[in-house]
Amino acid sequence: MAETDRPPLLRVEGLKKHFPIKGGFLRRTVGLVKAVDDVSFTVHDGEILSLVGESGCGKTTTARCVLRAQQPTAGKVLFRKADGQVLDLAFLPEREVRPVWREMQMIFQDPFGSLNPRKNLLEIIGEPLFVQGEKSRQKRMDRVAELLNLVGLRPEYMHRFPHAFSGGQRQRVVIARALALEPRLVIPDEAVSALDVSVQAQILNLMLDLQRRLDLSYLFVAHDLSIVKHISHRVAVMYVGKVVELAPTDDLFHRPKHPYTAALMKAVPVADPDLRAALKGLPGEVANPANPPSGCYFHPRCPYAVEACRREAPALREVVPGHFVACHLAEELSLSGIGELDTARAPQLQGVPAATPVTPPPVTSAPAPAAGSARAPAGGRGVPS
Amino acid sequence: MQQTPTVPDATPTRPSVTPAPERTGTPILSIRDLQTHFEMDEGVVRAVDGVSFDLYAGEVVGIVGESGCGKSITMKSVLRLVQKPGRIVGGEIVYRRPASGRQKALEVDLAQLRPEGRRIRQIRGGDIALIPQEPMASFSPLHSIGSQIVEAIRLHQDVSPSEAKRIAIEKLREVAMPSPEQRFDAYSWQLSGGLRQRAIIAMALSCNPAILIADEPTTAIDVTTQAQVLELLKQLQRDHGSSILFITHDLGVIAQLCDHVVVMYLGRVVEQGPVHDIFHRPRHPYTRALLQSVPSLHAEPRIALPTVAGSIPHPLQRPTGCPFHPRCPDVIPGRCDVAMPAVHAAPGGSPVACFLHHDLEEPKRG
Repeated sequence: MAETDRPPLLRVEGLKKHFPIKGGFLRRTVGLVKAVDDVSFTVHDGEILSLVGESGCGKTTTARCVLRAQQPTAGKVLFRKADGQVLDLAFLPEREVRPVWREMQMIFQDPFGSLNPRKNLLEIIGEPLFVQGEKSRQKRMDRVAELLNLVGLRPEYMHRFPHAFSGGQRQRVVIARALALEPRLVIPDEAVSALDVSVQAQILNLMLDLQRRLDLSYLFVAHDLSIVKHISHRVAVMYVGKVVELAPTDDLFHRPKHPYTAALMKAVPVADPDLRAALKGLPGEVANPANPPSGCYFHPRCPYAVEACRREAPALREVVPGHFVACHLAEELSLSGIGELDTARAPQLQGVPAATPVTPPPVTSAPAPAAGSARAPAGGRGVPS
Repeated sequence: MQQTPTVPDATPTRPSVTPAPERTGTPILSIRDLQTHFEMDEGVVRAVDGVSFDLYAGEVVGIVGESGCGKSITMKSVLRLVQKPGRIVGGEIVYRRPASGRQKALEVDLAQLRPEGRRIRQIRGGDIALIPQEPMASFSPLHSIGSQIVEAIRLHQDVSPSEAKRIAIEKLREVAMPSPEQRFDAYSWQLSGGLRQRAIIAMALSCNPAILIADEPTTAIDVTTQAQVLELLKQLQRDHGSSILFITHDLGVIAQLCDHVVVMYLGRVVEQGPVHDIFHRPRHPYTRALLQSVPSLHAEPRIALPTVAGSIPHPLQRPTGCPFHPRCPDVIPGRCDVAMPAVHAAPGGSPVACFLHHDLEEPKRG
């Protein structure tokens, strides 16, 4: 059964987080930074949904609003508790959110900053147990030993302090702490970006293994597209506070429908010297969320922008079943996916739907003029499985 | 030297291959058996421990490795910016400048120069320029970027202030800074990350250096901006035939930009060679492990990635023998843990330091 057929665990609807800009006399509010602006998505049981985007796109703020580490400005955060009751966390008093925190946990980026150097692992991992009411030290020790085993550390380590561990081991400790209360939703925020690549692979494997064994759901916040492609079932791409595209991973990477997603794909330096011609920068800069452009926020950088894009902000709509895009031209454009040049080696791999077959990549720097002239949609605009 | 633009290879299997430039003539920079050690109370950290490689004119050499591999200290040794208690204890760094215009040809061992002396200060910034990692920390917030570029120009070239300003604006234009005349008076904090990185590159280019050293120049910026900066570096390299020493931990960036790759682990070169050899025919188990750790675009999603066991050892607890042997899947017991393999070009391949490929030991040092 596909993960998306399972019941939703988290449903975010129209989430907004606006930060006031204070200035002038009496520190009045002179403007708003719309860090998160009308974001909606669903995470199902056992699903890994990734939020990707560049810095300042609002992915971390979204995650923090879901956890109620930050008070959202508007919208709904519907979370289905273990007993089946669905709660809207967005405006719940903190007293009532607290018991829900058992079921949702965050994993932070920096394993050096997120562990208290003056506490040993027993205290670090046992703290959430203590806070949630486990007062017996022996029981906490047993549980911590069990958790250390789970993340691949020796239980004897529980009396050691964080400085004795390497970055990868510390990240295992952080994961053990997050799992202490048996959460159902885990929110890793750039959880592997601070690690060296050889260690990063170990932690990714661990997170995937735990997800499967414990049937966890992940809201995976990251900027590294190769990791996101590897780990996610579905991906939401954010740009200046909005979700611009949300689709099953394979569709998003091989058949992107939003020009920004396609531009991101082109900008990833692929670890293959044969794919140099595929690398392409995106002109311009990310829009300022305090003073965004009119219409579609991406239009000043978009090679396909038409008049409508300047006037009207496109809504996120389902273009093919399961594939949501916020672009006026979603139906007309045919954009190339990631690593499109690599047609030679695709047949060697089984089980991977071919990217666009043999069509020569558009090497010209000039973008296709507008809608309609794009390549024939080869390789299928099929229904995502 | 003008390099040919990207010509798609004729073979259908490998589209768009730009062949790496032939390595001919004498290298512009030759590092031989460089050792940079940090003598501390707890012991000696051998941050760079016998590194040798060459940089030829018009070539991009990438140094890749994980944290603690000594890639940044190698770069700092070349510029003689290693801070105490670090010190170059052995080896040579020979810089050769061909004669051009009024300048005479020069051949100098940078490792022998006084780190505070006049000669290294002429070379640093003039002949060999640095593009640092943190563009925010590299500019003074109190002075406009233009005045800082002018300062660098006048330090190395005998030109009038107005001429220096003209050069600075020209360099800003060269790095595709929008409206360079206005941006000349901007402060670093007024620029976005991408523009700040362009300004830094303009400053590095301002004295027409023979060698550019780029130390993780795109690590701190976003992926679309990173692609812009990489495109810019590629283009500058094509137009000017500059030699670039590119330091990064990102294999993707190496694959996109470099002609020749040096893979380092714990202060040693484990393998070096043309970029296609390193990516398609890696020979050292560490290089292979590093390449496999990056999720491939075509791999099945959510399968377990091949990993290297363990983590990078503490610099003061270096393993005996080959530094990689405790984590190596192909370790030869009784050999790899005892002796240090020399970096040696086995027949038909590029230099690799591994007993799987040859049986040469590193001579013992005193």
